[in-house]
Amino acid sequence: MTDTEGMVESLIYAKPRSLTPIGTHYCPGCTHGIAHRLIAEVIDEMGVREKTIGVAPVGCAVFAYQYFNMDLAEAAHGRAPAMATGLKRVSPDRIVFTYQGDGDLASIGAAEILHAAGRGENITVIFINNAIYGMTGGQMAPTTLPGQRTTSTPVGRDIEMHGFPLKMCEILSQLDGAAYIVRRSLHDPANIRKAKKAIRQAFEVQSQGLGFSMVELLSSCPTNWGVGPGDALKWIEDHMVPVYPLGDYKLHPAIRNGKKS
Amino acid sequence: MAKELLKGNVAFAEAAIRAGCEAYFGYPITPQTEALEHMAARMPELGRVFLQAESEVAAINMVYGAACAGVRVMSSSSSPGVSLMMEGLSYIAGSEVPVVLVDIMRGGPGLGNIAPSQGDYNQIVKGGGHGDYRPIVLAPATVQELIDLTVEAFNLAEKYRTIVVILADGSLGQMMEPAELPPMKPVRTFEQRPDWALTGAAGRDPNVISSIYIDPNEEEVFNLKLVEKQKAIEAQEVRYKSLLMDDAEIGVVAFGTAGRIAQSSIRQARDEGIRVGLFRPISLYPFPFRELREAAEKAKRILVVEMNGGQMVEDVRLALEGTVPVDFYGRMGGVVPLPDEVLEQIRQVHHSLVEPA
Repeated sequence: MTDTEGMVESLIYAKPRSLTPIGTHYCPGCTHGIAHRLIAEVIDEMGVREKTIGVAPVGCAVFAYQYFNMDLAEAAHGRAPAMATGLKRVSPDRIVFTYQGDGDLASIGAAEILHAAGRGENITVIFINNAIYGMTGGQMAPTTLPGQRTTSTPVGRDIEMHGFPLKMCEILSQLDGAAYIVRRSLHDPANIRKAKKAIRQAFEVQSQGLGFSMVELLSSCPTNWGVGPGDALKWIEDHMVPVYPLGDYKLHPAIRNGKKS
Repeated sequence: MAKELLKGNVAFAEAAIRAGCEAYFGYPITPQTEALEHMAARMPELGRVFLQAESEVAAINMVYGAACAGVRVMSSSSSPGVSLMMEGLSYIAGSEVPVVLVDIMRGGPGLGNIAPSQGDYNQIVKGGGHGDYRPIVLAPATVQELIDLTVEAFNLAEKYRTIVVILADGSLGQMMEPAELPPMKPVRTFEQRPDWALTGAAGRDPNVISSIYIDPNEEEVFNLKLVEKQKAIEAQEVRYKSLLMDDAEIGVVAFGTAGRIAQSSIRQARDEGIRVGLFRPISLYPFPFRELREAAEKAKRILVVEMNGGQMVEDVRLALEGTVPVDFYGRMGGVVPLPDEVLEQIRQVHHSLVEPA
């Protein structure tokens, strides 16, 4: 038996207060759970849970309102930035964020995200890019890679037929209203730590009223990619990162000096 | 307050402000744009929210978001814009948040034109968006009624946590006539927002506003709740005006502008000795089924006049259940019938009563 006399008890793991005890419905190996946790940890650390309002999307994260332990609205497909705009404009001292997938944000909600960013809407967007439609069973997303097989591009995305993927950080960073636009990845611990710092920075940008903030997170979908969880993380690194380079695409001058992330 | 000369679109916008509307989200579309312009000038000077959205799709979802925050919020548009709002309206209905929408109808289908029409009756009154829901629909015939019903709309929207649509047409939006605005009502403070609103879960469990019920049994329970609410609305919120119906052989049924035109026609017909009355539904949902049937008890014929191809006439026939023959006269495409035209229709109906074919 180990002598525990004199040992210091320290908490090394707990579920963030900003998450409910409910287990998620996400597939094994999906990084949605990691993204949820990072957001929840940031909100806990900033102490803003009681003044935060989230807007859940349509797609795999449609049940996000069950997992975040805070006020939440469930938006129509792609409309989360418009709904968040309504929420934020009438409650400017609240923290309002949307959580959106690639189909939601870059396809059906392309107009809403573009104009929210253009207005400099003081909201935070967490953009999950896994290059595929998860909830409907693996169809082509606006971010599906050239040549990538999906159920609606069965022989691979043919750019002659379907055109090119949309690079949302690159697009939105062109807008004057965008204050913080960055792309991170969830494929390994080092990148997950960077992702968390970026999420924190995005919420800080909102707290300071600097304008629109978005963190794109390259994410896995082992089920619809048809690969194992480990291989899915490798697939992000090998295939997605070259098309969607990680980095800071827009940094408001107020954070560019003394950059935290 | 004294009467002043007011344009319909400006009148309802100012009435909404005075009813405590805290936020307006819209998109320009003729013939309702003056409302948006009035809001653009007035809301910021009062410290309230005005935002011109990128589309009607976005506008209604901004309205949805603000409604979830528990404030009095509205939008206004015209037929093609309202079509774009149908998705959002369905979600709003499925979330039971109070919203006021003004539809200043114009000619259609498609791009149509910018002239007055009543072609949105089916789209608005029968639900419009997907799924089972009914908004309360109020149809004014004068600028004064437009003002009064706009104020009432906010109260009803909150009382029942429902959508209330003011269904008017381009002529009412564009016309100027003397009307009296209500006194200014103060807006609520943040602390006064309703307990279901998304204000941040401080000292309470989180509030979730959603229209998703993935279990069909739960969805049905929610649907039944809406049905119960509709029953209460149908029992308590029927509104109509009945004129000279007591001894009428012929009853004209018309709403909004068509009703106002018909009012002129029936006075002329009375002068000619034709016993004709007017029944003007003001609440199109709840439709005054029982009240119309009672008003038409002595009538031998009913003439429905609409600025469409015959939409409300279906509800009139439902109300009368075949007890009285129903004729229909409609002008479409943005054409407004003249009182003389409606008078001629009344004469023809009268003629058929005197000398049956």
